[in-house]
Amino acid sequence: MKLKTILTGAALAVGLAGAAFAGSHGKTKVGFVYVGPVGDGGWTFEHDQGRKAVEAAFGDKVETSYIENVPEGPDAERVMTQMALKGADLIFTTSFGYMDATINVAKKFPNVKFEHATGYKRADNVGTYSARFYEGRAVQGLIAGRMTKSNTIGYIASFPIPEVVRGINSAYLHAKKVNPDVDFKVVWVFTWFDPAKEADAAKVLIEQGADVILQHTDSTAPLAAAAEAGNVIGFGQASDMAEYADGPRVSSIIDNWAPYYVARTKAVMDGTWTSDDTWDGIGAGMVKIGKMTDKIPADVQAEALALEASIASGEYKPFTGPIKKQDGSDWLAEGETADDGTLAGMDFYVEGLTGDIPN
Amino acid sequence: MDLSAINWLLLLASLMVASTPILLAALGELVVEKAGVLNLGVEGMMITGAICGFAIAVETQSPVMGFFAAALGGAVLSLIFGILTQVLLSNQVATGLALTLFGLGLSSLLGQGYIGIKPPLTAKLHIPYLSDIPYLGQILFRHDPLVYFSLILVLVVWLVLKFTRAGLVLRAVGENHDAAHALGFKVVRIRLAAIAFGGACAGLGGAYLSLIRVPQWTEGMTAGAGWIALAIVVFASWKPGRVILGAYLFGGVTVLQLNLQAAGLAIPVEYLSMSPYLITILVLVIMSADRSRAALNAPGCLGRSFHASS
Repeated sequence: MKLKTILTGAALAVGLAGAAFAGSHGKTKVGFVYVGPVGDGGWTFEHDQGRKAVEAAFGDKVETSYIENVPEGPDAERVMTQMALKGADLIFTTSFGYMDATINVAKKFPNVKFEHATGYKRADNVGTYSARFYEGRAVQGLIAGRMTKSNTIGYIASFPIPEVVRGINSAYLHAKKVNPDVDFKVVWVFTWFDPAKEADAAKVLIEQGADVILQHTDSTAPLAAAAEAGNVIGFGQASDMAEYADGPRVSSIIDNWAPYYVARTKAVMDGTWTSDDTWDGIGAGMVKIGKMTDKIPADVQAEALALEASIASGEYKPFTGPIKKQDGSDWLAEGETADDGTLAGMDFYVEGLTGDIPN
Repeated sequence: MDLSAINWLLLLASLMVASTPILLAALGELVVEKAGVLNLGVEGMMITGAICGFAIAVETQSPVMGFFAAALGGAVLSLIFGILTQVLLSNQVATGLALTLFGLGLSSLLGQGYIGIKPPLTAKLHIPYLSDIPYLGQILFRHDPLVYFSLILVLVVWLVLKFTRAGLVLRAVGENHDAAHALGFKVVRIRLAAIAFGGACAGLGGAYLSLIRVPQWTEGMTAGAGWIALAIVVFASWKPGRVILGAYLFGGVTVLQLNLQAAGLAIPVEYLSMSPYLITILVLVIMSADRSRAALNAPGCLGRSFHASS
C-alpha cells in the first residue's frame, strides 16, 4: 500500500512536470491508442494515416504520439493513464474494447479530451465516433452476390459486437437481393488481428466451398490465402490493401479518419471541443469504396457505383424494409428504415442467415 | 449443422500445415531442454526467424535462402541467450522472457520495410505415384518440402538422442552437469550448441509461418505459437515422437474448430476457440497425475546454471 502510494505520487509528479513542460511550449499533444501494429495494413494503419494527417495539418503546433498493440483490457487503462499523465490534451482510443477503460480514465482526467472509436458510452470529456462501415458492406455484398459462382460467401467475423453484426447483415441483405441463392458461412475468430488465425479461417471457408471471402479482421492474411487458392476473390478491409489488386482483391472498404482527426484536433486547439457522437458514412467521406478491379464485370461495377452514389446522397439506406429477423419476426415494414439506436445496438441476424451469434 | 460440408481430407491436409511451425519450434526446444537449459525465448526466436526468412526470401526471391536465413537468425538470437546464461550465468527464466520481448521488438524493427509485400511462393512437392494415390496422396504427399523436413527432423533427433554417443553426451549434460563435467565433457560448449540448434529450429518454424502458412509479414504474427511449443515439450514428456502427437493434436483442434464453425455447429464458438488450450491443460493434468513418472522424464538439471568451479 505504502509503495503504491509512493509510486502514484512519483507518477503524478512526473506527469505534472510533463504537463508543465508541454504547457510552456504551447503545443497541443494528441495521443493515439492502437489495438494492432501500425503496419497491419488495415484498421490500425488507417488510424495512423489519420494521425499523420494531423501532424501534416498543424506542423509544429501539435505533437502526436501513439502506442500500438495495446490489448483491450486493463493494459489499455494503464496506457491511457500514462498518456494523460504525460500531458496529452486529446486522446483517440481506436478500438471498441477500449470503451470502459476510456470512460474510467476520463473520469480521472477531466481536463483531457477523449475520443473513443466505435463505442457508445460518452461523458463530458469523452466523445465517440464511428464510421458507417455497413454502408460499404452493402456495396461489398452486392458485388459478392453478383460475383460468386458457388453461391457460398465466407465471412471472417471478429467479435460479436453490433458493428460486426451490422456488417454481416448489410452484406447479406445486399448479396441476397441480387442473388437469391446466396449462402453465407460465418466464422468467428475472436481477434482483430492474428494473421495465422485469419489465414486458417479463410482457408477453411474456401475448403468449404466459398469463392468470395469477406473479412472483418485487420490483416491482409485472408487475401493472401485467397490468392493461394486461386479463383477466390476478397476485399480490402479498413484499408485499400491495393497490393493484392492484381490478385484476389476486387475492391475494398477504406476507413478515412484523417478529416475527422484534423477537425477534432482543431476544435481542441480552439477550445471549442465538446463531447458528441459522430457517425459518418460514405456521404461524409469517412467510408470510401476502393477502386474496383477489372475482375468485376462492367455492368456489376456500374450497379455497385450506383448503389454507392444512392447511399452517399442519402437517397437509399442499407437497412430499408421489408426486413425480417432471423427468427422470422418482423423488424422493418415496407419502406421503413432502421433508426440509429437499433443499428448501434444490433444483436440479431436478419432472416436467411444461418448459425447463431455467439454471446 | 452440416458435417458433410467439411472436407475431411482437406482438413487432415491442413492440419499438417497448421502444425508444422509449432512442431519445429517444439523439437528445437526439446533438444535445448534435454541439454538442461530452459529457454523461454522460443516466441522471440520464432518471430525473428519469421522476419529474417521473409526479408531474405524477398530480397533473393528464393524461399530456400529464406529458410536458411531464418535458421541462422534464430540461432544467432538464441546465442545471445546462450552467452548470457551459460557464460555470464544469468537467470535462465528471466533471460528467456527478455529474449522473447527483445525478439518481438527486433522483428518489428527489421520488418519495417517488408509490410504488405508478398514473398516468393514455395513450390509444393509433387512426388510421382505417391501424390496420385487417391485420398492418401492428397493428405500426405502434396505438401511443401518443409512439412516432410520437420517430420524427418523428428526422426533424426530421436535417433541421435537415443542411439548415438553425441545424444548420450547431450543427455548426460542435461541430467547431471557436474558429473558430465567430471567426465571431461565441455558442458558449456555442448549447451551452447543445443541452444543454437533450438534457435535455428524456432527460426525455421517462424519462417514457415511468414513464408508458407500465412504467407506475408506482419508484426506479432507468431501470436503465441512459441509458448504453445514450450507447452508441447512438457506435454510430450521430453520424447521426440510425442512432440509430433502434441503438435498435430494442437494444430488439429485449431483447424477443426474453424471447420466446425463454418459448418454451423451448434456449440458456442467460445468453447471451440478455447478447446486447443483446454486439451493442452487437460493432458498436462493427466501427465502430472503420476508425479514420480513426470519427474523422471524431466532432465535433472533443467534450468540450473552450471559453473565449472562449483
